[in-house]
Amino acid sequence: MSKAGITVATADPPAPAVRRLPRRRGIELALIVLAVLLSVYGYCAVGLARDGTVPPGAAGYGAGLGVLALLAHLAVRLRAPHADPLLLPIGVLLNGLGLVLIYRLDLETPGDRAAPAQLVWSTLGVALFILVVLLLRDHRVLQRYTYVCVVAALVLLTLPILFPAVNGARIWIRIAGFSIQPGEFAKVLLAVFFAAYLAANRNALACTGRRIWKLQLPTGRVLGPIVAVWLVSVGVLILERDLGTSLLFFGLFVVLLYVATGRTGWIAVGLLLAALGAVAVGRLEPHVHGRIETWLHPFASIEAGEGANQLAQSLFAFAEGGLLGTGLGLGHSVFIGFAVKSDFILATAGEELGFAGLSAVFLLYGLLVERGYRAGLALREPFGRLLAVGLASLVALQVFVIAGGVTGLIPLTGMAMPFLAQGGSSVVTNWAIVALLVRVSDSARRQYDGPGTP
Amino acid sequence: MTRHIRHAGFFCALLLVALLVNAARVQVVQAPAYDRNPANRRPDITRYEQPRGDILVGGRPVTGSKDTREHLRYERTYTDGPLYAPVTGFASQLYGTTLLEHSEDGILSGSDPMLAPFPLWNDFTRSRNPGGDVVTTLDPDAQRAAYQGLAGRKGAVAALEPSTGRILALVSTPSYDPQPLSGNGAAASRAWKRLNADRDRPMLNRAVRQTYPPGSTFKVVTLAAALDAGVVKDLDAPTDSPDPYTLPGTRTRLSNASRGCADASLREAFTLSCNTVFAKLGVEVGVTDMTATAHAFGFNNGDLRIPFPAARSTFDTTVDQAQLALSSIGQYNTRATPLQMAMVAAAVANGGQVREPYLVERTVRSGGSILATAGSRAIRQAMYPSTAVRLRALMREVVEDGTGRRAAIRGARVGGKTGTAQHGRHNSSTPYAWFISWAQGDRDLAPRVAVAVVVEDAEADRGDISGGGDAAPIARAVMEAVLKKERDRLPGS
Repeated sequence: MSKAGITVATADPPAPAVRRLPRRRGIELALIVLAVLLSVYGYCAVGLARDGTVPPGAAGYGAGLGVLALLAHLAVRLRAPHADPLLLPIGVLLNGLGLVLIYRLDLETPGDRAAPAQLVWSTLGVALFILVVLLLRDHRVLQRYTYVCVVAALVLLTLPILFPAVNGARIWIRIAGFSIQPGEFAKVLLAVFFAAYLAANRNALACTGRRIWKLQLPTGRVLGPIVAVWLVSVGVLILERDLGTSLLFFGLFVVLLYVATGRTGWIAVGLLLAALGAVAVGRLEPHVHGRIETWLHPFASIEAGEGANQLAQSLFAFAEGGLLGTGLGLGHSVFIGFAVKSDFILATAGEELGFAGLSAVFLLYGLLVERGYRAGLALREPFGRLLAVGLASLVALQVFVIAGGVTGLIPLTGMAMPFLAQGGSSVVTNWAIVALLVRVSDSARRQYDGPGTP
Repeated sequence: MTRHIRHAGFFCALLLVALLVNAARVQVVQAPAYDRNPANRRPDITRYEQPRGDILVGGRPVTGSKDTREHLRYERTYTDGPLYAPVTGFASQLYGTTLLEHSEDGILSGSDPMLAPFPLWNDFTRSRNPGGDVVTTLDPDAQRAAYQGLAGRKGAVAALEPSTGRILALVSTPSYDPQPLSGNGAAASRAWKRLNADRDRPMLNRAVRQTYPPGSTFKVVTLAAALDAGVVKDLDAPTDSPDPYTLPGTRTRLSNASRGCADASLREAFTLSCNTVFAKLGVEVGVTDMTATAHAFGFNNGDLRIPFPAARSTFDTTVDQAQLALSSIGQYNTRATPLQMAMVAAAVANGGQVREPYLVERTVRSGGSILATAGSRAIRQAMYPSTAVRLRALMREVVEDGTGRRAAIRGARVGGKTGTAQHGRHNSSTPYAWFISWAQGDRDLAPRVAVAVVVEDAEADRGDISGGGDAAPIARAVMEAVLKKERDRLPGS
């Protein structure tokens, strides 16, 4: 195959037909500067609104974020010069905005400062980003580690069962004072596994096996791992009471299966299994059942005289924001109480930046996902395509699950808003996702850059 | 595969649209409903984020605001809480607002759209205006004189400027300090419980929210009705009145506290406060004319706002003759607030015209620019001016050599009427002592002040002597305070 490719390439003269894509690294740099400036502006706006002065750490904060972003930019320039120029600036802007929101909420909770730790985690995340971009020269290398990935993912997923539950969910492990959410890392590993497994077996899944009515069912040998993964996600749901993560896995799995095989029957089977699992758990598990009740009647606790619950407080915060928001530092989302800086961070954005700001945040995520999909469309080999689509869908589903949860669109499930929410594991994971997308998009666009590189 | 990636991408776009539409639903469509939810604390926080505007008496604020640095930041303070409580009411973070704090809340809290520099400015900028101030008509000296005169006894005082209806004093005792109710802590709820459990009901505004049988002070109304209706022509002609008087259609005999009431002339009967003469007079006037005059004075009007609502003073219009006889001497179902009786005295002093009483002189923005001034108020002619002149003469006689001698002021013309209202089962309770009066300095063109005083637990025996004994000195102190200050002013200027 490659031999044939080379002969073809040498046979043709340097083809004028091949489109040369501009690298656009300058645009990336400009957008990064803009993202850093916007974050510093937000930081200053909080201080001005609260005390009438620019907060003392503004320069240091801006410099720190700027240096991190520049290092990441240099890494991209060095090792992924063809990468999509939007991915990194979006990551920087969302991360910067998240830091501003957490810093802003820290002012309401003097006893619990989360912004410094988040800054450290962001640094680690960017470091991981740089490492991935520098060390992973070709994403196809990951295909070799398909089964290492899935084993690691399953270990990470089951690890928290050994640790005590925190607020009803067993998804954390505590080591030396740090809380880590291993499920976050497992997401990326599972995405890699799904992409690699499906890329290898897509023909078997699509074309073999028994046919029942209109559904083409695959053979048991191919189906086995898939059922195993389904069982694991339901297991996660039951043992760890983590509705969000299992929903995420499921969505990711169904999307990739559909993209890989093109069989709508798969979606039907997947949704059926998901529905069965969800109904069973919703009936049997009081924790999950309560979430559904709260979603259906967010103000029931008020009518019962028990005061507003978290979801109601979250809705109040969004409502207070209105069209243009109260302005940074001037809202009262802190009434949400527990998890205001993590799962409910979007409420602060909604209250203080308004519908306009919230839409902007959603569109940023939308753009990130769209760039991922575009990379997937541009690539020609199935693993890269599935990996790009999988990672982008991961972000899309996670944003939908948690943003839909806190705005009352779907039942609330605990999950971190990518980049915005407090939580080290989440920030690090998301930087890894952006790094992989940068790598994949670099491959996707490089193929147009010169002759002879497939 | 490309096609399926596009499908999946389309699905993600669908999720984005769902999020955006739902965000618009929550933040724009449902937002007003969520803002109104009682469990949403944001409206309260906004409300108490800035100092509340002040209520001014005599050019000086009697209220203030304290920065607590809590979530609900500013708390109300009062400089002379118990003295002005019947006017200000309280402004509590837990229990809402009452009286002026309630009816002028929009101005004081800054939420009134009138305070905005431009229309819709606040909706646009999401800002709130600083609270405006409310300037009252009260005369601090008169208010203090009334409060000190009552000296903690259960009772109330209302004083008006007859020519305008400005309320000069409004006192109710025993009073309370509204400040402990301002906050939202345990102390506020303890104070609330204690005040509500108090058997003396200190939070009851007796001057405007409580009605009493007006007793003999109502004879002013009866006499005005008789003179207007032409039932009486000559005040000095003997009335054909027996003593005791048997109520028509019954065997109940009505007697008097004082002697010399049989066949007394109306002048004598008014000065001596003869129940028999006025009961018979009321029956002779008839229910139609009595009702018309009572209504003109403001009885049976439930809509009086000063600007907070005053209780409805009543004169029963579906009565038989015996009930009418009792009604005409301020008993049976005749009940009046002290404010209403002050209006009666003011009408006599003001040539028969009743000016609607009001408490708010003007409202001003925090910068000092005037927002609204007390506009012209409704005027009713309660009696002919000639009737008012005759009543004024009679009321002066009461003070000069009748039951109200203790209200006399050197250098002023004072008219008054005492009253003692019996109440309780078989009239066994301690009677209410009443005194209504008006005063005009010798150099004044018209009466400057009209007062009504009621003391619930008057110590003296039954008889008008208690109205003259307990209530008249309080009225005199109030009138003196007003006359002293306004001697060099023309009325209403």
